[in-house]
Amino acid sequence: MARIDLVDLAHSYGGNDAPQDSFALKPVTMTWRQGGAYALLGPSGCGKTTLLNVISGIITPSRGKILFDEVDITPLSTQKRNIAQVFQFPVIYDTMTVGQNLAFPLKNRGVPKAEIDKRVAEIGRLLDLEPYLNRKATRLTADAKQKISLGRGLVRSDVAAVLFDEPLTVIDPELKWQLRSKLKALHRELDLTMIYVTHDQTEALTFADTVVVMHDGRVVQSGTPAELFDKPAHTFVGYFIGSPGMNILPAEVRGREAKIDGHVIALNRSYDSLPASAKIEIGVRPEFVETVAPAPGLLSAKIERIDDLGRIRFARARLGDAKLAARAPAGFTSPDGTAGLKFDPSHVHVYADSLLVEGAA
Amino acid sequence: MDKTVNQKAWFLVLPVFLVVAFSAVLPLMTVVNYSMQDTFGNNQFFWNGVGWFKELLDPSTDLGGRFLASLGRNLFFSMVILAIEVPLGIVVALSMPRQGWTVAACLVILALPLLIPWNVVGTIWQIFGRPDIGLLGYVLNAIGIDYNYVSNAVDAWVTVIVMDVWHWTSLVALLCYAGLKSIPDAYYQAAQIDGASRWAVFKAIQLPKMNRVLLIAVLLRFMDSFMIYTEPFVVTGGGPGNSTTFVSIELVKIALGQFDLGKAAALSLVYNLIILIVCWIFYTVMTNAGAERKPQEGAA
Repeated sequence: MARIDLVDLAHSYGGNDAPQDSFALKPVTMTWRQGGAYALLGPSGCGKTTLLNVISGIITPSRGKILFDEVDITPLSTQKRNIAQVFQFPVIYDTMTVGQNLAFPLKNRGVPKAEIDKRVAEIGRLLDLEPYLNRKATRLTADAKQKISLGRGLVRSDVAAVLFDEPLTVIDPELKWQLRSKLKALHRELDLTMIYVTHDQTEALTFADTVVVMHDGRVVQSGTPAELFDKPAHTFVGYFIGSPGMNILPAEVRGREAKIDGHVIALNRSYDSLPASAKIEIGVRPEFVETVAPAPGLLSAKIERIDDLGRIRFARARLGDAKLAARAPAGFTSPDGTAGLKFDPSHVHVYADSLLVEGAA
Repeated sequence: MDKTVNQKAWFLVLPVFLVVAFSAVLPLMTVVNYSMQDTFGNNQFFWNGVGWFKELLDPSTDLGGRFLASLGRNLFFSMVILAIEVPLGIVVALSMPRQGWTVAACLVILALPLLIPWNVVGTIWQIFGRPDIGLLGYVLNAIGIDYNYVSNAVDAWVTVIVMDVWHWTSLVALLCYAGLKSIPDAYYQAAQIDGASRWAVFKAIQLPKMNRVLLIAVLLRFMDSFMIYTEPFVVTGGGPGNSTTFVSIELVKIALGQFDLGKAAALSLVYNLIILIVCWIFYTVMTNAGAERKPQEGAA
């Protein structure tokens, strides 16, 4: 159990001299507190698995340091770090029983037999594996095997953190829910730091207290699910999180007004000193744009289709070249295929070169 | 729907039928026929029933004695080379590089002995081991080891075994290497995290993942060594005395040396039967090992 600090950590598979643009993991400095549940979220190839492997010691970083409770463990091998990791595909030792699988990490560390038996029994109970402890592990289903992998991580009482590398990829959707709830319950019960890598936003947002969004080797935002939703720090976060993602529209912003296609949209804050050469965009979540009957003074859009998600309807609209999603209130119809758009000013954000700009009050 | 009666299909099967008959069934039946007869010159045959088979299994007769002795030597030889080649092959496979140009180099070097024809291997070792002009034989004698495979049975055995290990360990190593390559990296990483020692990794991951290819390797090496003929024949000719006379060498002696076609036919049928039984045992073991894996593949 430990606090984890990443200090200017970076990794390049091409070596330290490679240009920084090609780094799989660009320099990052952050702190993960003891007992937190973190998710590393991002699309394939964004560097999240690299970061995880750097923490577990499978990869030695090209640059920077990792501290566990302020002790530099960067040069230590995986065996010496107190880390548990659960991989994408269940790893079980074929010739052993479930119980022997769970005991393996303890046996390798020379823990006394009585202590091993006690821990294995306890973890078996926590993971509902008790009935299988004496069975060969090969014949079990994928989710039971993944639980064994997880159990091998939890069986050591001294682990600093448990790392998960997309552990539910091979699990059926129905069981995914169960296993995820199990993980949450274990997290509460055992007070462990858990770091969970995934490309599935639902998984990340339901599991973690803090979600770290990664894009192109960079950590673009780290915050609670609500923060990521309400105030994405980067257009990528806005787009990646939420379904449908945030609308990003090129605009001219002056003071408290944004101009799109010659129409003016009111903003809640004032943006006076935007960098002149930057690409200015506004971002607004579909939940905060409403389609209404066309009216003068409203931005008008062409409705392409309306997706009915049951609880809520989203209109897919076209605004010149830009595509946009907007909430279609109950009873909204568009006989001629056009609609006016009403923006909620408090949820319209301004981005300069994809980064959020904080306006003045 | 009525089935159309059409016997033309039989004509289409006929070519296969003829090929199989002429290439397999008729020759085999000829052997079965010979095994029941005693043959003399001028194509004279005398019916002998199961006489040869009875003799084969009775160590007190000349035929039975020779057969059972050579069978014993053959089994001993197979056990010894399996006991050497399988562990050695595993060690070689484990110490091979995983990536880079050295992989290709290692594979080529390992494959080389496999590409050399049997009688060439025999000739190489026959010359290599000669005490007068062979490098190995000369050096051994020069440093005071009395080595002569022509006159000393133990030396002959050692030569034949070392030659087989030289020729065929590569096969085991290549098969094991293929098995090792198929283990996903996650297993090694998980083992690292679980704090496994090198030996624990071998026992818990590498050996279980290799056991199917190892079974194939054992089968291939057993069959091959059980049928071995050319190499010992070239090196020792079955001697000194009968000390390296294996079943196949004995068979050729009886069939072509003494021209006792009846005895040779009976011997070859029994020889064949032993090989079939061993094959069947291996097949059963292998399919059972496969069945044990099935639910896992279905679930994943």
